[in-house]
Amino acid sequence: MTHAAADLIRQPARVLAAAICEGEVSSVEVTKAHLARIAEVDGQVHAFLQVTAEAALETAHLVDEKRGSGRKLGVLAGVPIAVKDVLTMRGVPTTCGSRILEGWRPPYDSTVVARLRAADMVILGKTNMDEFAMGSSTEHSAYGPTHNPWDLDRIPGGSGGGSAAALAAFEAPLAIGTDTGGSIRQPAAVTGTVGVKPTYGGVSRYGLVALASSLDQAGPCARSVMDAALLHSVIAGYDPRDSTSIDAPVPDVVAAATRADVRGLRIGLVKELSGEGYQPGVLQRFTEAVEILQGLGAEVVEVSCPNFDYALGAYYLILPSEASSNLARFDGMRYGLRVGDDGSNSVEQVMSLSREAGFGAEVKRRIMLGTYALSSGYYDAYYGQAQKVRTLITRDFNAAFAKADVLISPTTPTTAFKIGEKVDDPLAMYLNDIATIPVNLAGNCAMSLPVGLSPADHLPVGLQIMAPPMADDRLYLVGSALESALTDSWGHLLIEEVPNL
Amino acid sequence: MSTNHETVPFDEAMTRYEPIIGLEVHVELGTKSKMFCSCATTFGAAPNTQVCPVCLGLPGSMPVLNRVAVESTIRIGLALNCEIATWCRFARKNYFYPDMPKDYQVSQYDEPLCTNGWLDVTVATDDGPQVVRVEIERVHMEEDTGKLTHAGGATGRIHGADYSLVDYNRAGIPLIEIVTKTVVGTGALAPAVARAYVTELRDVMRALGVSDVRMEEGSLRCDANLSLNKPGAGWGTRSETKNVNSLRSVERAVHSEIERQAAVLDGGGRVIQETRHFHEDTGRSTSGRSKEQAEDYRYFPEPDLVPIAPSRTWVEELRATLPEVPSVKRARLQSAWGINEFELATLVNAGAVELVEASIAAGVDASAARKWWTGELLRVANERGVELADLPVTVSQIARVEALIADGSLNDKLARQVFEGVLAGEGDVDMVIAQRGLAVVSDDGALLVAIDEALAAQPDVAEKIKSGKIQAAGAIVGAVMKTTKGQADAAKVRELLLERLGVSE
Repeated sequence: MTHAAADLIRQPARVLAAAICEGEVSSVEVTKAHLARIAEVDGQVHAFLQVTAEAALETAHLVDEKRGSGRKLGVLAGVPIAVKDVLTMRGVPTTCGSRILEGWRPPYDSTVVARLRAADMVILGKTNMDEFAMGSSTEHSAYGPTHNPWDLDRIPGGSGGGSAAALAAFEAPLAIGTDTGGSIRQPAAVTGTVGVKPTYGGVSRYGLVALASSLDQAGPCARSVMDAALLHSVIAGYDPRDSTSIDAPVPDVVAAATRADVRGLRIGLVKELSGEGYQPGVLQRFTEAVEILQGLGAEVVEVSCPNFDYALGAYYLILPSEASSNLARFDGMRYGLRVGDDGSNSVEQVMSLSREAGFGAEVKRRIMLGTYALSSGYYDAYYGQAQKVRTLITRDFNAAFAKADVLISPTTPTTAFKIGEKVDDPLAMYLNDIATIPVNLAGNCAMSLPVGLSPADHLPVGLQIMAPPMADDRLYLVGSALESALTDSWGHLLIEEVPNL
Repeated sequence: MSTNHETVPFDEAMTRYEPIIGLEVHVELGTKSKMFCSCATTFGAAPNTQVCPVCLGLPGSMPVLNRVAVESTIRIGLALNCEIATWCRFARKNYFYPDMPKDYQVSQYDEPLCTNGWLDVTVATDDGPQVVRVEIERVHMEEDTGKLTHAGGATGRIHGADYSLVDYNRAGIPLIEIVTKTVVGTGALAPAVARAYVTELRDVMRALGVSDVRMEEGSLRCDANLSLNKPGAGWGTRSETKNVNSLRSVERAVHSEIERQAAVLDGGGRVIQETRHFHEDTGRSTSGRSKEQAEDYRYFPEPDLVPIAPSRTWVEELRATLPEVPSVKRARLQSAWGINEFELATLVNAGAVELVEASIAAGVDASAARKWWTGELLRVANERGVELADLPVTVSQIARVEALIADGSLNDKLARQVFEGVLAGEGDVDMVIAQRGLAVVSDDGALLVAIDEALAAQPDVAEKIKSGKIQAAGAIVGAVMKTTKGQADAAKVRELLLERLGVSE
């Protein structure tokens, strides 16, 4: 492998890790190459809110020393990674894309960050996101939108647009995202990258600033299925600090990605996640992918999940309800923005003024929705009903998984839309997540991987694979098989077709 | 609004109204760590030194339930004859207040861990002790809030303060809330029932060892709800009196609120649903927050915690660890020690019950054990301002002294001197006796010399005794005890004296 910076940034994480481990390249060289790339292109992309160059180089240096002294390195040791700005990192500003957290430096590491550090990975910085992860375009970031490297006038998806764009712009080989209704998978789909929402409880939420506690899940973002699997294996696993974390062995996702075999596997096409509302170009690439899977020996069956039709409605009651409570703590009393503390205002007024100034429109909209849905007299009709829908969706999944080992659908109804196109139309924005939301409501796992460019606009199309809870390995088994068939036909990963910045 | 000061005398109020009480008692559990994190719970630590990301509610932090807190709550529930839920959850109680780091409190709402219990309490009446069964609606867990101190302003309350300081050491300390059902039909005994209930509850908590239940430190807090029923007119509106910080105040708060509400109703007014603050100094309460507009706490199940599903095996294991119920224990001790309720109350108030029990177990006679602990030793404890149990004297030392009294080596007076030495740190019983030379004079010859001297000094008394007035012997015995500096066995002296004079009893 050559040491030219331009090549280093295009290498898979797996290759970089092996090269660092073998001493073919140093972690410092790899890190410097990525920092240089960020300096070069992030002015156009705006994937990062915070680049921790000094700390990254320091870590890289330590990894090189560790290697030099002959100590054993982890699977991704020395490989750079970008972290969505919703996970706490000791001493580094964590804003969640909001003004209200401006200046707050957490005194502790989230478990995900702690595991990255323990694996000797090099954290490059914090990536942009829709404010408190509310959005599908990163346009709701208080610090300005992120641009899609495929077309800088287009959105990179959201809320984790920063992490996905960083991968697509070769600013980082790996990234961490969080997915509450599709915030890992939808950005992956529209940027031609791979994103996985693990089983709820599979990755610790400790230190993940909560949007909706019962839906949030952190997961890996990468440019290939194998890289995602390696990162998945680093961050997943039981954490006693998170009561909802699952105390069971992590499914062997790396082995599954290596096996990449779908022969005899039953793949279910979800009837409700297709057809009307989906762009023809998206459906075309999806259908082709299904044919490839059949060609690889999978058995394709159609399944119906009738209650998925109510998923969006239930989601937009449960999410705002939990968010209205989770975001109550941002009151200007202990950290972050404080407005009106000039001696003339009461505590209540300072809280109110701080929240008025610190939260953006979408956050306020959802706090109001949630406050209303939880109110006495409305609770049963809204939150209560939504929870029942959630149970029905879980039953639909159970029934479908009795017929199929995994389910598939397009990840999003459309390819990346233009910045500004939907920002003033919340309902149109919410529809981006129509195919990804059911998985969050049921708590199982899903992956999005690129299956080609839409013939209509030459923008990436994503395919979603869904598996039962704690069967995350199946995502990698199928994803890796499909990816390998596609790259064989293209001669390279889809991301190689991204225009030069 | 009615004034705070118009009252109807209690006895008069009782002729027209029937009080209905409901008590909400908060108990801080004595767990080593907080409800949802591993921070210490030590009382009185410097402000904001027992905090972490979790109890400060920092973004991203998550609660993890303290198993010991659940265990304590189940034990409390069992001791209060409650049903223990097979599955229950925490909820979030949402409201904005700076003493709450998350602006919601993690509490139990419609799924409490323990429900439907009862506690029997005894109150004194003119017709003797009366047992009242107080029914318990629920026992649930919640996290305590931080503590606000309002600086400046006249009242020390938030209104009018220049600024406020907040200490989050208390935030996240496990709290148990025990809520009674409405207690009706107690009439004029209502204030006494309220006090007896809180007292009994405190004793139960103490016996369980789940809390130090110190009202003055706030580890046991009582809110007293009261309304008056005018027979035929239906139940009135209730008020909730807070800041009731002693057992005596529980009784006084109910008493004074009856007098106040009676005056409001007599005057044709309406009792306002509100929180009132009790003032220890005046024995009266003042109006606080109105609860006419019920606050909407937007409760919903806490998604950061998994449900609690205590197995029946575990519940039964915990049931087996329950100590004797205090009221049952008191009855047993009264009978075993042959004492009345008043004498037992003296022991309870002195904190001597366990010490007496231990002394008896060490072989000391029951009445002797009571005599030492509530007499000489209690006097010294009071003098030193310490708890009886903290005195540097052991039950085995008491057993040793009693053994020496029984074999005649010590008398009561010498025994006191022995304890004086032990308490002064002069060493163990035998060492004090040896060093102070406290042995009883048992040499008959020496005693007879002293007796003869005394008889010679008081010939008139000697004559009286000889003529049959045996009660006059006391004067001679006293003189002998004086000469021997108290180191004689008085009974022995008396025996020798009567023998000397040839008189029999």
